[in-house]
Amino acid sequence: MQITKEILENIAHLARLEFDEGAEKDMLADLNKILDWMEKLNEVNTDEVTPLIHISAERNVLREDEVQPSLSHEKGLLNAPDKDANYFRVPKVIE
Amino acid sequence: MKKYDSFAAIRRDLASGAVTCHALVTYYLQQIEEKKHLNVFLSVYAEEALQKAQAIDEKLKAGTAGKLAGMVIGLKDVLCYENHPLQCASKILDQFVSQFSATVVQRLLDEDAIIIGRQNCDEFAMGSSNENSAFGATLNEVDNTHVPGGSSGASAVAVQADLCLISIGSDTGGSVRQPASFCGVVGLKPTYSRLSRYGLVAYASSFDCIGIVGKSVADIAQVLEITAGKDDFDSTVSQKEVPPYTTALQPLKPARIAYLKEGLDEKNIQQEVREQLEAKIDFLKSEGHVVEEATLPLLDYILPTYYILTTAEASSNLSRYDGIRYGYRTKEVDDLESLYKKTRTEGFGKEVKRRIMLGTFVLSASYYDAYYTKAQKMRRLIKEATDQLFEQYDFILLPTTPTTAFKRDAFKDDPIQMYLADLFTVQANVTGVPAMSIPTGEDAQGLPIGVQLMANAFEEEKLLAFGHYLMEKYVPASV
Repeated sequence: MQITKEILENIAHLARLEFDEGAEKDMLADLNKILDWMEKLNEVNTDEVTPLIHISAERNVLREDEVQPSLSHEKGLLNAPDKDANYFRVPKVIE
Repeated sequence: MKKYDSFAAIRRDLASGAVTCHALVTYYLQQIEEKKHLNVFLSVYAEEALQKAQAIDEKLKAGTAGKLAGMVIGLKDVLCYENHPLQCASKILDQFVSQFSATVVQRLLDEDAIIIGRQNCDEFAMGSSNENSAFGATLNEVDNTHVPGGSSGASAVAVQADLCLISIGSDTGGSVRQPASFCGVVGLKPTYSRLSRYGLVAYASSFDCIGIVGKSVADIAQVLEITAGKDDFDSTVSQKEVPPYTTALQPLKPARIAYLKEGLDEKNIQQEVREQLEAKIDFLKSEGHVVEEATLPLLDYILPTYYILTTAEASSNLSRYDGIRYGYRTKEVDDLESLYKKTRTEGFGKEVKRRIMLGTFVLSASYYDAYYTKAQKMRRLIKEATDQLFEQYDFILLPTTPTTAFKRDAFKDDPIQMYLADLFTVQANVTGVPAMSIPTGEDAQGLPIGVQLMANAFEEEKLLAFGHYLMEKYVPASV
């Protein structure tokens, strides 16, 4: 598998990242090298293997649904780079 | 001030009045100041720690102090501590202040441990050298031209250079054990889900594990005993009872130990590391333990499996850093998409971007099965092979790392070579079992060598007991 410039640009958009020309060239080379290395896994036949998804043995750990204090409004807004009294502020979304 | 190598010695001197918490904190603060060039602490809570020490000294006098009174601890910059800064060594969390404390941190505080500061690391715990930090590299105290390992590099150096007694780090692929090995200290990665992950910043959630760095196995056992166990804030944490690790430090005798053929045969392994492992095997045999060669033909597939799965999980976990609710935000953009893109592009470092890109790729619709599902299948095969070894053996013995601490900038342009530093540590994360690195001598340049013991899931009791015995009884071979 070779990642092309087009695939890379699409992936970058999905990941909400941007690369200038120099950075894009480096990233393309790195990704292709790493993917080549990852393809070593194709040496092993896994046709009959079920994927392993969970590592914790716990299933459906439930508790009583009691109302407990959670993060206060004030603390929730504490780290916001831009806010007013009640909300996070963002650039205008609707035209 | 005398140098303390165990919490038991500190407790004895506190009881006799030979030392106070205040004097201990004052000493560590001096050490931190003197060793500033190592770039270990990103924040030092000096005034607060001194005040707390005074209050705990009062409690000790009154007989009301907690079990960890006198223990001075540093936190890797990935653990939340309420009203204290947290940045994951990244620009993207610029100015972030934790709104709550991680469960593990809270349990330490509840027993009167003193948190002295926040420690440097690789950005978002991604790295093996502590060079991927927005705050610059941390240096190895043994030789400043060498790295301390990573990602919990500064946490290991803090213990190595006596800047605190214990560090709490995180281990997703070896991030506690590898730096412990490079710095000549003890590092434990517990079983996955043994400790709550609440308040640990997520990197790869099905691998992430809080780990402990210390000078002695007994100290680590004590910290684990207090911090492990069920938690209302983490539904994946194990509900199993926490055994009394501290009182169980008796080795089982004779133990059955496997060393991996593929580990010793590995061509990239440094000669002195191999010799130390062989010396350890001879010692264990002479002590009456059963030590046998076992084989794990899948060894070479563990790292690629690990990197596919962890980058996938990381790309998802790190999507939360968008400049809206916290942390860094780019200036002067007028639409939302540019805000996301510019914030993330300016905020994340190179290795983090590389992993987000890889993870996004392996999860993208056209390639999901070929990479991500494939790696999940490999994970099962690796787990089954490991389970089989533990049906026959109590422990698996491996070098912690193929080489001792490498030079700074050695793998700057070669991410894969850097990834190989975790060759022997990732198995425990891929399979979820506990593992510990213990110091076992040094190479010709005086750089520390570590050996790694792995045990079956939830067998920390056995693992700690055996590690304690090895450290107490074993005299390192000179090479």
